[in-house]
Amino acid sequence: MSKEKEPLFSAKNMKYLTGPFGANNPVIVQILGICSALAVTVQLKPAIVMALSVTFVTALANLVMSLLRNGIPSRIRIIVQLVVIAALVILVDQVLKAFVYDISKQLSVYVGLIITNCIVMGRVEAFALGNKPWPAFLDGLGNGLGYGLILVIVAFFRELFGSGSLFGIRIIPESWYIAEGGFYSNTGLMLFPPMALIIVGCIIWVHRTKNKDLQEK
Amino acid sequence: MDLRKLVDKVKPTFTKGGKLAFLESTFDGFETFLFVPNKTTSKGSHVRDCNDSKRTMICVVLALLPAFLFGCYNTGVQVSLEGFNAFLYGLVRILPMVAVSYITGLAIEFAYAQIRGHEIYEGFLVSGLLIPMIMPVSMPLWMVAVSTAFAVVFGKEVFGGTGMNIFNPALLARAFAFFAYTPQISGETAWYSDWKFMGAQVDGVSGATALEQFATKGAMDFSVMDAFLGFIPGSFGETSTLAILIGAVILLYTGVASWRTMISVFVGGLAMGLLFNAVGGNAYMEIPAWQHLIVGGFAFGAVFMATDPVTSAQTNTGKYIVGFMTGALAILIRGINPAYPEGMMLSILFMNALAPLVDHFVVESNISRRKNRSKKLAK
Repeated sequence: MSKEKEPLFSAKNMKYLTGPFGANNPVIVQILGICSALAVTVQLKPAIVMALSVTFVTALANLVMSLLRNGIPSRIRIIVQLVVIAALVILVDQVLKAFVYDISKQLSVYVGLIITNCIVMGRVEAFALGNKPWPAFLDGLGNGLGYGLILVIVAFFRELFGSGSLFGIRIIPESWYIAEGGFYSNTGLMLFPPMALIIVGCIIWVHRTKNKDLQEK
Repeated sequence: MDLRKLVDKVKPTFTKGGKLAFLESTFDGFETFLFVPNKTTSKGSHVRDCNDSKRTMICVVLALLPAFLFGCYNTGVQVSLEGFNAFLYGLVRILPMVAVSYITGLAIEFAYAQIRGHEIYEGFLVSGLLIPMIMPVSMPLWMVAVSTAFAVVFGKEVFGGTGMNIFNPALLARAFAFFAYTPQISGETAWYSDWKFMGAQVDGVSGATALEQFATKGAMDFSVMDAFLGFIPGSFGETSTLAILIGAVILLYTGVASWRTMISVFVGGLAMGLLFNAVGGNAYMEIPAWQHLIVGGFAFGAVFMATDPVTSAQTNTGKYIVGFMTGALAILIRGINPAYPEGMMLSILFMNALAPLVDHFVVESNISRRKNRSKKLAK
């Protein structure tokens, strides 16, 4: 007697997708992928492109590794994972270079460095190797988007207060600036990576305050 | 009606069960500010001394007064005013900054005390005065407010409030302002005053501080005496080494600041300056070593910042080491990286971070030395 087939969007599966947005966020709970969160969040546009690229890589790497999971000897699994991830990253890199060259320039080495992004390898090791393809795909998707969510929040504050614009569009009027006879000035510290770390810290602070079970004793 | 009776009368309103019980911390803060609390600890060690941290803070504020008063006068002098007018001009310019810094900082402190339900700590009494004194008077007020808020929240409250902070909050405010609003706090424009008040002459204001002149011209336009007395442009409270030294005497006499730290900062600075003199290189390195001590924020930092009892080293040996390195590092930054002429700020913050490590090794080495000694005796 065969077990009844689990529906594609069952509550359990949806939890893989939505978990990383809140209680299981890769950046602010697992503290993974911090380096790129500091590097590419000066402006919103590159941050979003980066988030989408990472989401693509985590989702597909999880899917592929889950499909292959029963055929790989566990001794060489790391090297197989690297091959899969590297292939996906090169794919992303080439697409970005072909279609959004400017942003690809801004992101510079950080696209290539997705290979070393701890979230990708972390999810493949921790989840894809032990789960079926569909949940693995959802988990990768969720973690990529959860990472992207933090990136967008950080980039929002950094671009708004560091450059006075959002998506490159001026938000704070030109006439407010000191150089134009106004009173305002951009907070230059926002353009430096340390401030991104402090913003991530603030997000963690708010998040822990709301999720009391995550607070360390 | 005397004040004590008034306080006692309104007290029930603010304690548990009263109408305004949610403001208990705030009330307690004001009460203990006015009167020494009569609470005693019930267990553990007892230190019977009325010199609680509020009185300590008042001592530091007193020690800051000479530099503050001179700062007022010098601010006026820098816009070609004389006598009492100069003093008044400076006072009118600095008071809004002091007010902004106190209101911002205390509002945050009170809010945290209220939320966390503890009494209000008095640490901000000093920080609130220090912050405007280490900034140029031309600093826009909202920048003072943002820097203060940053320093209080990220320098103090996230670590658990007064006494728990790793970094000196006032310096953190300046560091934030320095990196966030660089054009307003350093360089030619920062010291430029465009305020017309009581006939202040604005056109004649000289731009660069002594340190900036060293960088651009290799020498300062001011005489050494002017630099020592403080008739030079610079952050509000830092210019007069004489006034700062008076403050130092008050601090040392009352025992609030550690003479070990203070002396070794000066020694460290002097040693590094002499080393640079011997080696030579750029303009900064060729400044006579002792002149380093009277220009820029060196003296102010050495007396009021490096000696902060919370962020400095706790052990006596540690105080010598941290102090010496603070001074040496400040001059090192001035000499090697002229882009950051105010090396004192960076070096104190850096040594704040290292102080616990230094203390750790001092304690460890003491333990192992005593162990060895007891082993020898046992033989």
